Amino acid sequence: MSQPIIKVDELRVTFGHTPEAVTVVDGVSFEIGQGEVFGLVGESGSGKSVTCRSLIQLFGGARPSSVTGRILFDGQDLAQLSPADFVRIRGTSIAMIFQDPMTALNPTMRIGDQIQETLCRHDGLTPRQARLRAIDLLKAVGVTAPERRLDSYPHEFSGGMRQRVLIAIALACRPKLLIADEPTTALDVTVQDQILKLILRLRDETGMAVLFVTHDLGVVAQTCDRVGVMYAGRIMEMADTTQLFANPSHPYTRALLRALPAHGKRSGRLEPIGGAPPSLADPPTGCRFHPRCRNAVVDCTTVRPPLVTVAPGHSGACFRMGDVS
Amino acid sequence: MTMDPPQGLLAIRHLSKTFTLPRSTRDVVTAAPLRRLHALRDVSLEIAPGEILGIVGESGCGKTTFGRCLAGLERPEAGELLWRGQPMLHTDNRARRARRIQMVFQDPYAALNPGMSLGTMLDEALLVHGIGTSAAERRDRVNALLEMVGLTPNLKDRLPHAISGGQRQRVCIARALAVEPELLIADEPVSALDASVQAQIINLLEDLRTKLNLALIFIAHDLNVVRHISDRIAVMYLGEVVETAPTEMLFARPEHPYTRGLLKAIPQPDPTKRTRVPSIEGEMPDPLNPPAGCALSTRCPLVLPDCRARHPSLVMGEDDHFVRCLNPAASTGFVFTSSSD
Repeated sequence: MSQPIIKVDELRVTFGHTPEAVTVVDGVSFEIGQGEVFGLVGESGSGKSVTCRSLIQLFGGARPSSVTGRILFDGQDLAQLSPADFVRIRGTSIAMIFQDPMTALNPTMRIGDQIQETLCRHDGLTPRQARLRAIDLLKAVGVTAPERRLDSYPHEFSGGMRQRVLIAIALACRPKLLIADEPTTALDVTVQDQILKLILRLRDETGMAVLFVTHDLGVVAQTCDRVGVMYAGRIMEMADTTQLFANPSHPYTRALLRALPAHGKRSGRLEPIGGAPPSLADPPTGCRFHPRCRNAVVDCTTVRPPLVTVAPGHSGACFRMGDVS
Repeated sequence: MTMDPPQGLLAIRHLSKTFTLPRSTRDVVTAAPLRRLHALRDVSLEIAPGEILGIVGESGCGKTTFGRCLAGLERPEAGELLWRGQPMLHTDNRARRARRIQMVFQDPYAALNPGMSLGTMLDEALLVHGIGTSAAERRDRVNALLEMVGLTPNLKDRLPHAISGGQRQRVCIARALAVEPELLIADEPVSALDASVQAQIINLLEDLRTKLNLALIFIAHDLNVVRHISDRIAVMYLGEVVETAPTEMLFARPEHPYTRGLLKAIPQPDPTKRTRVPSIEGEMPDPLNPPAGCALSTRCPLVLPDCRARHPSLVMGEDDHFVRCLNPAASTGFVFTSSSD
C-alpha cells in the first residue's frame, strides 16, 4: 500500500451515559493509502456510518458522549485540532457525500450557488471565477448543459443528477480523502452503475483516497481495492478485495457470502445466517458473532478475539480461522 | 402470454392504469390540460398455479402499481383479469378476491399495526373472512400459521416493535396466508432486510410454494434475488413489459437492449469480473410524457431512426420468449459473464 493518508487507531465511539451508554464503534483500526478505495461493509447498525462521521466530526443532532482513539490525517492528529481548524479541514482536505441526495442539498438554493459557496469560502475565488469553476466541476461529473443547470433548483434534478451535484460539491476543493457513505443505496441499479464508475474515474484523475461505506457486497467487489468487514461495531476481517472474496477467513464473512444468491449459476437453497444482528445496548461477550456462528467454541463466548494477520495484507478476528475452512 | 385459455391461474390482459396529477390553482386559472402519468401501459402476463413470476425494473417502471392492481388496491381503467379463465372485475366481490390474491409489502415496519399483538392481527384476518367457527379453532389456526412461517406460537402476544425485521416480514407473510390464497404478490419483500436475513425469507417463500402450491409474483429490483427464486421473469420499463422469458433463458440470451443494460449494471459479488464501461447511459424519461416510439429510444445504444417513430409491440420468439424491440437481432452476441475489462 502507498503512504497512508489517514490512519485510524482504536477508534471507540459511545453514545449516552451509563447505565444506558451504547458503544457503537468498539476499537476500530484501519488506514487508507493515497488513491486507494477502502470499503467498509456491514449490515445496518454495524457502526460503519458512525465510523465515517467520527473522521469528519459531523454527527448531526446526536453527538456521542465520548470518542477515543487516534485519527492521524496527513500526519496531523485530528483530535488535537480546534473546532475552527477543523472547519478548514472539512471540505478542503476531507469531503463527504451522503446516502440520500434528496435531503443533502438545500432545496431553496440554486445548484450553482451551492457549489460556488464552497469555492468562495475555501478557495477565496471571486463569484465570477467560482461560476466558471462550477461549470467545469459539473462537466467533470457528467451533468449535461452545465451553464443552464447552474440556475436550476434541486427539485428539478433526478436522484442520480443530485448525487452528481453532491459529488461536484465534495470535489470542489480537491480533497485528499472522500468519504462516501452509501452513495448509491437510494439510486436505481443503472444509475448506481453510472455513479460508481464516476467515482472510480475521479479517483484516477485526482488521486484522492476514498472511504466507501456500503452494505452491498456486489458494490464492494466492483469498486473497492481493500475492504474491512464490520459486525456489531468491530472489524471482523480486513483484506484486499480479491483476497477477501477468494479466501474469506472469518466465519461471518463466509456466512455473508454464502447467503448471497450466487451469480452465474442457479444454486439450490440459500444458506441464511440464523438469528439476527445483536443489540449494541447489550452486546454478546467475547466474539460478537459467536451466538450466530456455527464454529463457535467455549473461548469465543468469553474472550474477544484480536485482529491477527492470516496472510500478507489479510487479517481476521477469529480464534478458529486456522481450524475451519 | 399465450392467448388461448390455458391451465393458467391468472391471466392479465391489456392492463392500463394512469394517475391524474393534482392540479394547482395556477393550472386551473390557465386552463392547463390535465396531466396524466401512465403507470401501466397495456400489460399482459399470465401465471400458472405454483409458478413464481419475477417482475424486475427500476423505480417508476410501474411494477408496484402492477401488483396493487392485481390485489385490487388500485382500479385499472382498461384491461381484464381472468381467474382460471373467468373474468374477475374490480366490481367483483372484494372478499372473494382477497381469498384468492394476497399481498406482502416492502416495509414490514409499516405494514403491521404497532398497537396490536401479532396474534390479534392474525386472528383479525380470520375473523373478517369468517374462517374458523370458534375462538379456539381460530387460535389453533393462528398457532399453525406462525409455525408455518418458522415462528414459535408463544411470540403471538408480542407487539411488532418487540420482534426483529425478519420476524416481522414472516408475520406479514403469515397474515397474507391466513385466508389460504392461491396467489401471493410479494412487492420487494426482502429489500428492507439485512443481507443475512434476506436469505431466510427467500427460502421461506420457496418452501411455501412447494408446500402449498402457491403461485407467487415476486416484484424486486435485485436481479440476483429474482433470478434465484423465479421460474419466469418479466422486465418492465416505463409502464410496459419489454421482455419476458424463462429465467435462465433471460440471463443467457437477453434480447432487449434494456434487459442487457440491466444485467450488466448489477454489481456482481466477484471482484475478478470488473468493468469500467457504464452499462446504459442516461435516466428513465418522464412518465408524464413518454417518448412517442420505443420507451427506451432516449437511452438505447442501438437506437435506429425508426425506433423514435414507431412503438414496438411485444413479439413472441421461440420458447416462450417475448420481446418488445424493433431490432432485437442487434442485441445478439451478448455474453453476460464476460463483462470484464
